[in-house]
Amino acid sequence: MTDINAYSRRVFIRQGALLASFAATLPHFIQQSAFGMLAPDGSTLGSRPGVPDERILVVVQLSGGNDGLNTVIPYGQAEYHNARPGISIGEPGKPKNGGAALQLDQANGIGLHPNLTGFKELHDAGSLCVVAGVGYPNPNRSHFASMDIWQSGRPEGKGTGWLGRYVDASCNGNPAADMAVAVGRTAPLAMTGAKSTPIAFESADLFRWLGADKNGAMDKEYQAMVRAGSLPGVEPGSQESFLMRTALDAQLTSDRIRAAVSKKPLVAYPGSALAKQLQTVAAMIRDGMKTRVYYVSMGGFDTHANQTGGHANLMRQLGDAILAFQKDLAAQGNDGRVMTMCFSEFGRRVRQNASNGTDHGTAGPMFLIGAGVQPGLQGKYPSLTDLDGGDLKFTTDFRGVYQEVLGKWMKADTQSVLGGEYAVPGLVRA
Amino acid sequence: MHAMATPPPIATDLRPLDTGVHPFDTAAARHLLSRAGFGGTPTQIDVLAAQGIDRSVALLVNFESQPEKSVSPDDFDRNVMPPLTREEREQLNAARRARDESAVERLERKENQAKANDRRQLIELKKWWIARMIETARPLEEKMTLFWHGHFATGARTIEDSWHMFQQNQLFRTYATGNFGMLVLNVIRDPAMIKYLDNDKSRKGRPNENLARELLELFILGEGSGYTEEDIKAGARALTGYTFEDDEFEFRDGNHDRGAKTIFGKQGNWTGDEFARLALAKAECSEFIAAKLYRFFVNDTPAADISAEQRDARDAFITALATELRAQQYEIKPVLIKLFSSAHFYHLSNRAATIKSPAQLIVQTVRQYGTPPRQLSALAGACDLMGQDLFQPPNVKGWDGGRTWINTSTLFVRQNVAIYLLTGKRPDVYDWENDETRFDPAPLLAGATTPDAIVDRLISVSLAAPPHPERRVALVSFLESQAQARATEHSRAVAAIALITALPEYQLA
Repeated sequence: MTDINAYSRRVFIRQGALLASFAATLPHFIQQSAFGMLAPDGSTLGSRPGVPDERILVVVQLSGGNDGLNTVIPYGQAEYHNARPGISIGEPGKPKNGGAALQLDQANGIGLHPNLTGFKELHDAGSLCVVAGVGYPNPNRSHFASMDIWQSGRPEGKGTGWLGRYVDASCNGNPAADMAVAVGRTAPLAMTGAKSTPIAFESADLFRWLGADKNGAMDKEYQAMVRAGSLPGVEPGSQESFLMRTALDAQLTSDRIRAAVSKKPLVAYPGSALAKQLQTVAAMIRDGMKTRVYYVSMGGFDTHANQTGGHANLMRQLGDAILAFQKDLAAQGNDGRVMTMCFSEFGRRVRQNASNGTDHGTAGPMFLIGAGVQPGLQGKYPSLTDLDGGDLKFTTDFRGVYQEVLGKWMKADTQSVLGGEYAVPGLVRA
Repeated sequence: MHAMATPPPIATDLRPLDTGVHPFDTAAARHLLSRAGFGGTPTQIDVLAAQGIDRSVALLVNFESQPEKSVSPDDFDRNVMPPLTREEREQLNAARRARDESAVERLERKENQAKANDRRQLIELKKWWIARMIETARPLEEKMTLFWHGHFATGARTIEDSWHMFQQNQLFRTYATGNFGMLVLNVIRDPAMIKYLDNDKSRKGRPNENLARELLELFILGEGSGYTEEDIKAGARALTGYTFEDDEFEFRDGNHDRGAKTIFGKQGNWTGDEFARLALAKAECSEFIAAKLYRFFVNDTPAADISAEQRDARDAFITALATELRAQQYEIKPVLIKLFSSAHFYHLSNRAATIKSPAQLIVQTVRQYGTPPRQLSALAGACDLMGQDLFQPPNVKGWDGGRTWINTSTLFVRQNVAIYLLTGKRPDVYDWENDETRFDPAPLLAGATTPDAIVDRLISVSLAAPPHPERRVALVSFLESQAQARATEHSRAVAAIALITALPEYQLA
């Protein structure tokens, strides 16, 4: 039925009268290593402090709209307590609605949520920067639309992602395939560029072919088929060659990631989903992967009703996961080259609703964590009296934070990524 | 490598396949069914091959002769996103002014509930469309609907009205192989598109350029092709007043700019329809649509990766296709008949030359092997994981297609969704449910029993072109070792198919 010669004939035809040239059997990334981006054997280069090339950004997305006012708490203002009689949190030492804030900025009466003990510890160690009142003009209160704005880095919320554009522009426009890794179900818009897409997986164990789970005998055959890369006689540049090489890339990346993640971490992590994702990221950093940008996310922040207990759990998970991650990085000796950034698509309204919850609002705090941050509360806390239809007016444009992080920390050309100048000095120490 | 005198030349025009020289064999029939549809079983392919090229092309393109899967719009709720009544709007404004948070909340809650219902209905819509692609007797109708969805890309997330997405999907189906010009005139009246590109906010004195720009740049002429910024500005004025009310197009005379406009150098009191017609009259339009059809149906290998001879033949063929589009006054059907009958389309350099879209991968795997369709919600989710979230293209440019479908992450999902269809095995964290329905590969084997015969049979069913000889050797030796290990015939056949679907070559149509 199958004509054995048909294969050669088709190859022959595509190449005209020339003989099939010797195939490119190398995976893409070994070719790319010629640009000096990745050691083909995946060898660890270790940390070279102060070399921007080695710096890493980890983005933590808080989905659903985190209640910024109950995260970075203006406990010193009566307006805060008046607007939120059922859910406001008391000043340090004086619990209210089940909690007392942790001190952050005594002079201005601002504290952290009582369960953010992890952040408090990082703050006291000088590695937490809290950016107050971050937002953008003409706020959109739709989760999706506002998330698209944050992820694209553009007020219209359309086009490529801000980190994707950063990756596109890196390495002379030849970014390595593993520049960006998202631990999550799908590749976030933020990391999707015109040329680049991140490696995305929900758990490392799923980032592989699952066929052999059903019938172990298939594994050997499968491995042989994909590890062959592009076979001799396959025309370089052909669709077949492209697919064969990408399949080999995928297998080697999968090997690499699963080997990294299989190692026991240096510190204990809590059991939350965010902690597991960060543990995976820490393992990849420890293993010397050349990835520059990681992305993780945590949901559940859409607290419309009876939010006190639920929001407190989220705060506990967030603070504890990031603290464990920082401790792991420190134990690895990598804490000097990693910065973590937390954001949410919007904050919530100043006034609580009738169900002891909060509805979609506008500006909220961002967090930067790491040795490179300017510690403490930065930016101007939004006024609780000068409101826009019951919502906070933002005081820092989110693109300014992106610019600090990309420009000062990652040493990137921010103009090409952000398409403008949004400097907010004093968040990153360079 | 077998020495050959000279390779057959690639036709540079629409001349039909000379079946006296190149018979319309099963491989050619398979090629046609994969491209003009979503592939099929060996029996279906044999039927096409037996009845010849003309009848096969007619069967696929003149699909009106095939029974239609019922549309049943009743399955969807057209009022899923009820706008607030005038009374409610006034109440809401009053409550906001009075800072009556509980009243605001009550009214907003109603809206949030509607949004939640809308998101649920959108999932039902995705499942419905995938089921339709799997079951339809008119595969080209669905394939062209998918083509137009990618061309006139509109995202459900911005629309926030799944009924409007359904309406738009039906519009694409109605004009699947109809007149492109008529389709454009309907698209500028389509509530989903009007909302997506902000034309509902465009009015005399304050025109919004979004729809006018994309009409020229992405829908009719192609980026930078035959228009200026001034044409966009004038076109935006021409389109003012094109809006919608509830589910229907509405022309608001009072918002329409009746003034004189200069479009492509011609002055007149142009309307939106006239603006579109002026663009459709430009030759650039036919080249743009022809090139897009070519990439979708014939070959999506990047130009840099093909030989000069192929490139020249491709360019000449696209020009011929464009000429035909103009000659047919943009009737798509006769153009597709010529395309699917052409020697160029069947040339060996155009076999296995397109990368399956995620929807094609799923639907073709089900249709050609006859696997159970499993959970439709899992298939819709897998489509998203593979980069083709139906009803939610990444942006107004639609899906780039071709090699952009493939990266290290999507490739594993592509392989694993095939495993799911074949075995029902749930990849653990994808929220897909294990499905115990047994897939029976026996009909595919057509009595083949030896490893050699089974592999030859499965390769011809599964792959768009004969694979490298090493693949065959590996698969035969795998089946031999499985036979020695006393694996059942069923498990051997399923394992062989699973390995074939994991081959990089399986991604090609």
